[in-house]
Amino acid sequence: MNKAETIETLKSIVKPYVKNAEAFENLSEDTDFLRDLQINSANLVDVALDVEEAFDITIDNASMEKMLNVKAALEIIAAKLAEK
Amino acid sequence: MMENDTILARLPYADPFLFVDELIEIDENGAKGAFIFRETLDFYKGHFPENPVTPGVILTECMAQIGLVCLGIFLLNEHFNTKSSIALTSTEIEFLKPVFPGERVVVQSTKKYFRFGKLKCEVEMRNENDEIVCNGVIAGILSEYK
Repeated sequence: MNKAETIETLKSIVKPYVKNAEAFENLSEDTDFLRDLQINSANLVDVALDVEEAFDITIDNASMEKMLNVKAALEIIAAKLAEK
Repeated sequence: MMENDTILARLPYADPFLFVDELIEIDENGAKGAFIFRETLDFYKGHFPENPVTPGVILTECMAQIGLVCLGIFLLNEHFNTKSSIALTSTEIEFLKPVFPGERVVVQSTKKYFRFGKLKCEVEMRNENDEIVCNGVIAGILSEYK
């Protein structure tokens, strides 16, 4: 899966939790889940669990703490896929 | 293994906002407990005058206290102390039948997941006729992971 495909998968995962539709339409690597998309921080856990399922990876606590924006999420997904 | 009475004693609530009488069963996958909505509860005076019925928010709170908070205390076990708290983060509940003053209800929760400090459970409340009163999904954040 290339980066564009990963971003599309990530977009479909975060979509149900997004409160700012405009920021979602303009989603880029710089998009912050909390500040831009206004996702309830408690729902980041659901995002992480959906990411685990979609990519068949396991996200550890340290990665979870970093996973606050699209860029970090892509890095974590790439790193975890590389470990497999 | 934590005793049921120990969990009840560790619940942070007090009258008039304690909605757990009894913890019937608990393990890592879920909790089952009971509460009697006594006729003397204050909110019946206003909800509604001449026609008392238990408010949906109170039924939700009862399910959260039994299904989520009791289970959260059990799961945190020795990590749970007086500084710990469990903050409700979402509820998605359907209400199917009214609960009138004097009714005893039984709440059963089933853990969906407990990850990164967030506990999410399916919950169900039944009345004395074993009819489902309300059900849905409740989640909260356990504070030691803040």
